Amino acid sequence: MTATYIETVGDGSATESKVLVASQWQLMWWRFRKHKLAMAGTFVVAFFYLVVIFADFLAYSDPNASEAYQALLPPQPIHFFDDGVFAPHVLGMTGKRDPQTFKRVYAPDPEKKVPLRLFAEGYSYKFLGLIPTNRHLIGPVGALAEDTIFLFGTDMQGRDIWSRLMIGTRTSLTIGLAGVTLSLLLGILLGGISGFYGGWIDNLIQRSIEVLKSIPTIPLWMGLAAAMPRDWTVVQVYLAITVIISLLGWTELARVVRGRFLALREEDFVMAAELAGCSRARIIARHMLPAFMSHIIAAVTLAFPAMIISETSLSFLGLGMRPPAVSWGVLLQQAQNVQAIAISPWLLIPAIPVIVIILAFNFMGDGMRDAADPYG
Amino acid sequence: MVSYLVRRLFMAIVTMVAISVLSFAIIQLPPGDYITTYIAQLAADGTSLSDAEVLALREQYGLDQSFLVQYLRWIASVLHGDFGMSMEWRRPVSELIGERLWLTMAVAVAAILLTWALALPIGIYSAVRRYSVADYAFTIVGFIGLAVPNFLLALALMYFGYKFFGINIGGLFSPAYVDAPWSLARVWDLIKHLPLPAIVLGTAGTAEMIRVMRANLLDELHRPYVKTARARGLDERRVILKYPVRVALNPFVSILAYLFPYIVSGSIIVSLVLGLPTVGPLLLRALLAQDMFLAGAIVLLLGIMTVIGTFLSDMLLLWIDPRIRLEGRS
Repeated sequence: MTATYIETVGDGSATESKVLVASQWQLMWWRFRKHKLAMAGTFVVAFFYLVVIFADFLAYSDPNASEAYQALLPPQPIHFFDDGVFAPHVLGMTGKRDPQTFKRVYAPDPEKKVPLRLFAEGYSYKFLGLIPTNRHLIGPVGALAEDTIFLFGTDMQGRDIWSRLMIGTRTSLTIGLAGVTLSLLLGILLGGISGFYGGWIDNLIQRSIEVLKSIPTIPLWMGLAAAMPRDWTVVQVYLAITVIISLLGWTELARVVRGRFLALREEDFVMAAELAGCSRARIIARHMLPAFMSHIIAAVTLAFPAMIISETSLSFLGLGMRPPAVSWGVLLQQAQNVQAIAISPWLLIPAIPVIVIILAFNFMGDGMRDAADPYG
Repeated sequence: MVSYLVRRLFMAIVTMVAISVLSFAIIQLPPGDYITTYIAQLAADGTSLSDAEVLALREQYGLDQSFLVQYLRWIASVLHGDFGMSMEWRRPVSELIGERLWLTMAVAVAAILLTWALALPIGIYSAVRRYSVADYAFTIVGFIGLAVPNFLLALALMYFGYKFFGINIGGLFSPAYVDAPWSLARVWDLIKHLPLPAIVLGTAGTAEMIRVMRANLLDELHRPYVKTARARGLDERRVILKYPVRVALNPFVSILAYLFPYIVSGSIIVSLVLGLPTVGPLLLRALLAQDMFLAGAIVLLLGIMTVIGTFLSDMLLLWIDPRIRLEGRS
């Protein structure tokens, strides 16, 4: 930040003096920017959280509206031109029952064109949770009941996978965010106490972390999740899942915080602050926290994937989020057996965002970890 | 070394106690208890119990006692090998778990062995031939291996197996051996079926281990002792394998202590997808049916198995690293 105000003379010394006066965060940003994969990861993460914010707008049909006669419909690709004229549309599907297997077989019907438009009218929702509207990014022109589109096909109950994926993204990624936040609070508190005070309390916390880490987590999560009463509301289940996954997720963050505390406690500037008569709270908040903030941010980023995998796994098993709530795990539940996937491979589409976001968070966190100590 | 051993043993026991408390808490968590379930079952059959009878039953099962007393009773019977009765199956829990527990361990150990067998040579290769095409390829594959949750990997492998080879992969035995008594042929059949679940479970760990091995070995390769060995005319293979690899092996073994619980816990969910006869499917079913004695026993046994595995890996570290072995002697 300061660097931009410095007028430098001559090219050779320009970069050097910029580096010398640049703030810590400026240096970190420069180093982070060099890590191409980390930058790409950051954009992907930002993109996913935009989906979280605008999920309702991006969906075009009610995620829980089901049409039994349209079950397991394959994805309908968008055709942009009609006889050389720009007229985006999808081809309607006609379903027939196979006389031998009694399965519904669908074929695109070139006669049945469903025209699409931007900002089409669809089901009503509140934009950003505030403004009531029924406009969606895309949708069939003039919302007739028989004009439906299924860009990613439909599931066994005939629900639109695209729309469910948008809403599911919101659930899964906000659970991840909430879980990380809770873990972070626990991690900073316990790791901070452990690193700052040392002694028996440090020993106690460290040994507890070791015990927690040597317990296989999934059976434990399953046990805790299964204990949730069946009649809980979606919100209650959501909160409970968040608590359950962060209950075991804080250990790594606590370890990082403690490590930084131990390293900084011996630094000269901490001693100087102590001699100058600063209170403990001030030393921690004003002198130590800024010095290891970047490390914490990196550790937090790297904690996201585990949170997302946990929620997805639990919901996949039927112990996490439950219908009518929609999350990535709930969507993947439909893809639990080979027969289902072999017949309708599009049920596996929700696996793609799971993998992409985990990769993105890993790259982003890797870059942050490298940049966290810009003086090194 | 003795003090290290004692400390490790003590930690293992503390962990086991913690796991047993957690397992019992899981048994106790759902609203209602065994008697409530029993009454509901009787009511479904058309009989009902008087209040006095209910009270007598509660007393008989010790359900009117505090959490602590109930826990101590439970743990005492567990120590005698009695895990209680499964409400759903109406059979002793130990009978239900029996073979499945060993198969769970077989899958986990196979995954660990595979992780080592892959990560060790690949890690060494990636460090020695840094920035080569193969190094980049392994890095990319490793990242993807880390990013794909193993149940998704299992689903994907099953899909491709079905689509391109027309086979239904999964299970741990061929149909002929599923219910057969144990014999050498059955063991061989099991060994033939282990690689697939081992690959699915081992990918993430392998990716992690490769990165650890590569980083550690890179640190060692620039040390003067490596140069000395080379200058003395040792051939390259010996220079690398005899000294730096041995030093780099240390974190490789210590990471095992965290890898083991991770793999055991992953095996639960992968077993469900691949249809493996491990405790995984049994645990899920027990939890969904609130068959709590069965579920609690499975969580407890998995935890204890893990603690033993972790303890053994620490012993391995003790054997490999003289610094720990000789600690406190000088």
